[in-house]
Amino acid sequence: MQKKTKTPSFIFPKTPTGVDGLDEITNGGFPKGRPTLICGGAGCGKTLMSMQFLIKGITDHNETGVFMSFEEPSDDLTLNVKSLGFDIEKLKKDKKLVVDHVRVERSEIEEAGEYDLDGLFIRLGYAIDSVKATRVVLDTIESLFAGLDNQAILRAELRRLFHWLKAKGVTAIITGERGEATLTRQGLEEYVSDCVIVLDHRVIEQVSTRRLRIVKYRGSTHGTNEYPFLIDEEGISVLPITSLKLDNEVSSDVVSTGVPGLNDMFHGGGFFRGSNILVSGTAGTAKTTVACYFANEQCEKNEKTIYFAFEESPQQLVRNMRSIGIDLQKHIKKGILQIHSSRPSLNGLELHLLTLRKLIKEFEPTTIIIDPISNLITVGSEHEVRSMLVRLIDMLKAHNITALFTSLNKQTDNFRPDLAEESVSSLVDTWITVRDMEGIGERNRGIFIIKARGMGHSNQVREFVINSKGIELLDVELGPNGILTGTARQTQKFKKTISDIKLQNEISRKDREIERKRRVLEANIEALRNEFESAQEELSSLKATEELQASFSKKK
Amino acid sequence: MDNSADGTSTTKHKFMLFVSGMSVKSGHAIENLRKICDKHLRENYELEIIDISRDTEQAVIHQIVAIPTLIKIQPAPRRIILGDLSDKEKVLRILNLSE
Repeated sequence: MQKKTKTPSFIFPKTPTGVDGLDEITNGGFPKGRPTLICGGAGCGKTLMSMQFLIKGITDHNETGVFMSFEEPSDDLTLNVKSLGFDIEKLKKDKKLVVDHVRVERSEIEEAGEYDLDGLFIRLGYAIDSVKATRVVLDTIESLFAGLDNQAILRAELRRLFHWLKAKGVTAIITGERGEATLTRQGLEEYVSDCVIVLDHRVIEQVSTRRLRIVKYRGSTHGTNEYPFLIDEEGISVLPITSLKLDNEVSSDVVSTGVPGLNDMFHGGGFFRGSNILVSGTAGTAKTTVACYFANEQCEKNEKTIYFAFEESPQQLVRNMRSIGIDLQKHIKKGILQIHSSRPSLNGLELHLLTLRKLIKEFEPTTIIIDPISNLITVGSEHEVRSMLVRLIDMLKAHNITALFTSLNKQTDNFRPDLAEESVSSLVDTWITVRDMEGIGERNRGIFIIKARGMGHSNQVREFVINSKGIELLDVELGPNGILTGTARQTQKFKKTISDIKLQNEISRKDREIERKRRVLEANIEALRNEFESAQEELSSLKATEELQASFSKKK
Repeated sequence: MDNSADGTSTTKHKFMLFVSGMSVKSGHAIENLRKICDKHLRENYELEIIDISRDTEQAVIHQIVAIPTLIKIQPAPRRIILGDLSDKEKVLRILNLSE
């Protein structure tokens, strides 16, 4: 009888947060119809986050809201968030949002006897009913503790308030100032126990990073890490350190590397579109050149490209590349190529990531080059850099952008990578190393592929030279002791030429000898023929004589 | 002249008492205030009782958080007293009235 549908897995009802990325971490948003506590120190974005929750609720989900401010007057609040592009006044006029400033001035207030917070309840209830709000923010309710003396009453009333909010079925955000030993100064977490989010603002080595962590989320799974978040012109966005799953689409398109010989080293003829390529090497091994070649190649095919240069200015890069016959200027003029130069220490890692994100959104490139990523290590610790890169790569993959990073590593004898490489090597799909090959008083450049996910590739170390025509991969020259480079290669070539000449001489000598022999043979043949002819002649004359004699004898 | 005429009797006292419905505390507050006023201010006062459960706007305008709240408007300075006014001495002190 019963229509048996798939046993529906229970989905915890949630309200979208309106904060970019937070929905992913919370698996859908704040608990619907329950209070959520957001706490953190001064200036870490509590008010903004809650305001964004309300405003996005109105603009994106058509859910009206009430903002009860205990700290800032309504006008200040309007002004503060206006700079972030939120127009509270308009929303208020449209009856979508109610902002109520609750002012409790201790100096004016005396307490004489028992009281309760019915006034607050009624005001809140009135505000909620007047716009039929489903989202409520109380910012920062702890201010009441500063204004009122009777803590026992306050605590009891707060407990009642949160019950009341739940009964009302509104999704509420309560903000709280961070306390010494507790999450909030007044221990609000005791009352609000459904979802607790801690915001944090930390400065490490002069670079500040905002972070967010979900301490608790009853009845739901959630990301447990600390997630950096940013406040910019568009409000707060959280950057999940890693998206919870890896399920981006992949392309089997192959894009050319731009370096002719290098293409042949990949059995597929280049990189996969949307893959990440790491070009690592010590100083002066032409990493940037390889990167520029790729950029140039992509631009030639009208693929939009962004080049992030952390070491050179755009002009310098253009000039340098011109010396090897690459004209980046024309791509810039056409608007296919953008070069962004900045010192890595200009921003925190997060801001770098954000800039990237913004540019990707605006410019919609299909190719990105970061030269070099190892410089970012100066900005953050290895761990931070790694986590940023993971997020960056996730983001690029999600947009199917081919990315080429260069990485400078220290001059070491062993082939194994150092810090910068270690932090990304497992993340990248293709890893090319350019390295110096030193020996017999000279330095040569070699290039080889360490890995190429999903594509067969050459195992050879190829020597390459850079001249005014650009990069040229030389053919592999095998000597008695392996691959030859540089002078050894030339020596080998020289030897080969000499032996070639020798051989040629030998051949022509033999030819001449044969010719001579042939002539001798022919002479001999002639002589024999003459002998034969004279013998024949003799025979015929003998025969004639015999005939004469016979005729004579007949006549007789 | 009785002892309450310490200059206050000349100015008329003006109070606003915010209550919420028929709550016990509200009732106490009204009762206590009446007692104090009758004893110390005789007829020389004006009392407005506002039930914010019916007149919510007033709660917003006057920044009412707690119930009951008594606001003394006249004479200056303006004072706000929270509670059911059961602490009579304190109320008198705040209102600058002597026994």
